[in-house]
Amino acid sequence: MSLLQVRDLKVSFKTPDGVVNAVAGVSFDLKAGETLAIVGESGSGKSVSNLAYMGLLPTAKTTITGSVILKTDAGEVDLIGLPNEEMRKIRGKDIAMIFQDPMSALHPYYTIGDQLIEAHQVHNEVDKSVSRDRAIELLSLVGVADPAERLKAYPHQFSGGMRQRVMIAMALMNNPKVLIADEPTTALDVTVQAQILKLLSDLQKKFAMAVILITHDLGVVAGSADRVNVMYGGRLVESAEVNALYKKPMMPYTVGLLDSIPRMDQGHGKRLRAIPGQPPSLITLGQGCAFAARCDRKAELPDGTCDTNPELKAVESGHLVRCHLYDRKAASK
Amino acid sequence: MNEPLLQVTDLQKFFPVAGAGIFSRERGTNKAVNGLSFTLHKGETLGLVGESGCGKSTAGRTVLKLYDPTAGSIKFEGEEISGYSNAQMKPLRTKMQMIFQDPQSSLNPRQSVGAIIGASYEVHKINPEGGVKRAVQGLLERVGLNAEHYDRYPHEFSGGQRQRIGIARAIALNPKFIVCDEPVSALDVSIQAQVVNLLTDIRDEFGMAYLFIAHDLSVVQHISDRVGVMYLGKMMEIAPTESIYSTPHHPYTKALLSAVPIPDPQLERKREQIVLTGELPSPMKPPTGCVFSTRCWKAQAKCFEVEPLLQKVGQAEVACHFPE
Amino acid sequence: MNGLLAYISRRLGLTLLILLAVSFTVYLIFALLPYDPASLTCGKSCNDPGIIEANRHRLGYDKPFFEQYWIFIVGLFAGRDFGEGAAALHCAAPSFGYSFQQHACVTDLIFDALPVTLSLAIGSLILWLIVGVGLGIVAARFRGKIWDTLSTAFVLVGTSLPTFLTGLMLIVFLVIKLDWSPFPAGGYTAPDEDIVGWFLSMVLPWVTLAFAYAAIYTRFVRSQIIEISTEDYIRTARAKGLSDGIILGKHTMRAALAPIVTMAGLDFAGLLGGAILTEAVFNLPGMGRLSLNAVVDIDLPVIVGTTIFAAAIVVIMNAILDIVYAFIDPRVRV
Repeated sequence: MSLLQVRDLKVSFKTPDGVVNAVAGVSFDLKAGETLAIVGESGSGKSVSNLAYMGLLPTAKTTITGSVILKTDAGEVDLIGLPNEEMRKIRGKDIAMIFQDPMSALHPYYTIGDQLIEAHQVHNEVDKSVSRDRAIELLSLVGVADPAERLKAYPHQFSGGMRQRVMIAMALMNNPKVLIADEPTTALDVTVQAQILKLLSDLQKKFAMAVILITHDLGVVAGSADRVNVMYGGRLVESAEVNALYKKPMMPYTVGLLDSIPRMDQGHGKRLRAIPGQPPSLITLGQGCAFAARCDRKAELPDGTCDTNPELKAVESGHLVRCHLYDRKAASK
Repeated sequence: MNEPLLQVTDLQKFFPVAGAGIFSRERGTNKAVNGLSFTLHKGETLGLVGESGCGKSTAGRTVLKLYDPTAGSIKFEGEEISGYSNAQMKPLRTKMQMIFQDPQSSLNPRQSVGAIIGASYEVHKINPEGGVKRAVQGLLERVGLNAEHYDRYPHEFSGGQRQRIGIARAIALNPKFIVCDEPVSALDVSIQAQVVNLLTDIRDEFGMAYLFIAHDLSVVQHISDRVGVMYLGKMMEIAPTESIYSTPHHPYTKALLSAVPIPDPQLERKREQIVLTGELPSPMKPPTGCVFSTRCWKAQAKCFEVEPLLQKVGQAEVACHFPE
Repeated sequence: MNGLLAYISRRLGLTLLILLAVSFTVYLIFALLPYDPASLTCGKSCNDPGIIEANRHRLGYDKPFFEQYWIFIVGLFAGRDFGEGAAALHCAAPSFGYSFQQHACVTDLIFDALPVTLSLAIGSLILWLIVGVGLGIVAARFRGKIWDTLSTAFVLVGTSLPTFLTGLMLIVFLVIKLDWSPFPAGGYTAPDEDIVGWFLSMVLPWVTLAFAYAAIYTRFVRSQIIEISTEDYIRTARAKGLSDGIILGKHTMRAALAPIVTMAGLDFAGLLGGAILTEAVFNLPGMGRLSLNAVVDIDLPVIVGTTIFAAAIVVIMNAILDIVYAFIDPRVRV
């Protein structure tokens, strides 16, 4: 069985304007040691789906259903509906996270050392000096020079890139099986992004952990991911091995997304192929295909076909697509 | 194309910095733009790239005189404007406009779209043919919105649509020069392409010049005729787009370009990357000699002592003692 | 730590300058009032020009304004003699002036009143911090639940009930209606005379004053906690697997500390100038009553003295808070 098994995950929020169906039935598997990229634009549900099973969404107005089975040392656990006390033993130990904005993700009033040691102490009944040694070891692993001395520093004394390294060190304190990286380089400059991505990929091998890389940047995905899940309108619309996805994207949204980014390797001046229209409202989105309103291939199908939501089907081995264009092809397979 | 519209020479913009820490009230000067020179021709798009803190946004605002320059010369259509007062600038404002990064905060939420765009006419007492309302509705349609949007308010629009409103406001008076400050970086990928295309179309239709400031090197490459690379307030390299992206001469340009990921797994994984080491020095204490010397893998003794000036290398101008 | 010392001395220097400016302004305002300070010295019905002129000379009101102010400032540091020779009245440093109406040095009047006000301010500060911060935390933690609703009710009552009404109700229900009430209906007992009597005489004033402040603090602490809970670093703390208790007690409250300390410090400093209503209701001879009586009697030296004293406390507290802030927030240090 895979390390993490997400089945029919649904997340909705109550808002004054109505119920927002942020995630509408997402299923995927994460294998040990692999990098799964989750790609989508704002409001696609890529981030919310992962925050949801981690128990990091405000509980009062959020409804979460489905199942997320994690394989731990103590057996399989369903993270959905797990009591808070049980869940927090998994957070930061089996599954760790890093976030988009390293500037605000560290507590401004505590030293780096305090925050790293605390992350270790909460899951290990060991002496503080053991946690401190672990913190020094990890800081030097992520490339912070003079780590013993830097433990005493406060976050504001680090640059953005350095803070993200500290966040990574903190996430790895307990040897997690899964690292969820939520837009880890979006707030960083491109040369710093290159440093951080390289660091992440080195550490992933060293720690033999699986990484869920949440991003909007198809360039970052191309360099790091093993598999890619594309999300749109709260749904998983395409999932494939990274080479297959870039070589032969199937869902018209994925095709449009890849076409719409300017590429440095393809010269300048060519007109970009933009996807027309706006992303759908998650309140009024009905039963039909979420992308239908912006889809340029809808006309190839009989009228009304796209009024029903297509199933996510394997069109080729390991290549899943949620699109009516592939109904017949998938059926004949 | 050969006539210079904007000529910037040795521009400096320093900001005084009060010590952030109260225990050591060290005052200093943030040398945001520290001796910048470039020329922008009529109808041309010059891309300005660099990482955060390199001074590209400050440069854009200073040439529009939104900041008063500390030193240097800014010539717009041959007219020296660096010392102009706000009153002296006012007639020129019809010719120079700006598009901002965040369409959310650059539009007044209490004003209707019609009032926001129409204000340009009122401030400069210009009566467009057919009246202000007709003109604004025409602009709305030109930027891909509807004439009916005239009475709506900014919060009723999505991010991409708000950026279209910002563009309509900027082009209302048919300016010759627009500073685009990170105009698409707050937008989603699929919307980004729409806005880039709109900016390209408008430029080609009205023949205006852009100073296109962005950190996204792919977008800059796509839209620019020439590109300037900034680092710590200085121009490292400036060259025609094709040339700078295919054969960068400055080590920093090379490192910057090599860091941009390409959305193709096979190319991306084969690509040779130069991963820069070290941290960006503080613009309050820039390194002596070449500002890039502290992170440059080719630096030699001379680089730490003598500041390189922009010199011609092939089609490019490069500030480096040992250009590639 | 040289930086710290340099900072503190710089900050104190600045404080001295502000104090000088404040005292000058206050002095100027009272000099411009349409009252003749000399003719006020011998009571309202006194109109003997001989006595008035003698007092004018004695108190220095015959000198030019700037010289008067200078003598006042010197008196603050060196003490001051009013009049000459054997008839001179001496007020030791720091001298805030001499009240002819009360035949006493203003400084002595202030030092008599200050312990009363200090007792009131310190006791109620402790009380309202415990209640206000506690209820604020409970309300934020159980947001939207019954505890939150109850605390909102407390906030509404506390902020809308005027202190004199709270105080009078406490006197009526806990003193007058109860035959066995341990609390006096008013008046002050000095702690060095009778510590238990002091405590009992202060309980009702403390509760009265703390009630109003606790309501404000409950609302403030609740909103601070809710705001800080949405910060990214709180999400990080949760992602680490910390328990809700540690997140609240360590991470959230640490960030809420600075604004709470600032607010408490300023409120406390403001109270040292006198809690006029509470002191009046419980008949406490504190700073508030001293100032109030001085205003009623147009006792100018006392008004000037207490005003400058109260202003000085606020200015000094601001300086202390700035220094404390540097210890709370590492970003302010370097």
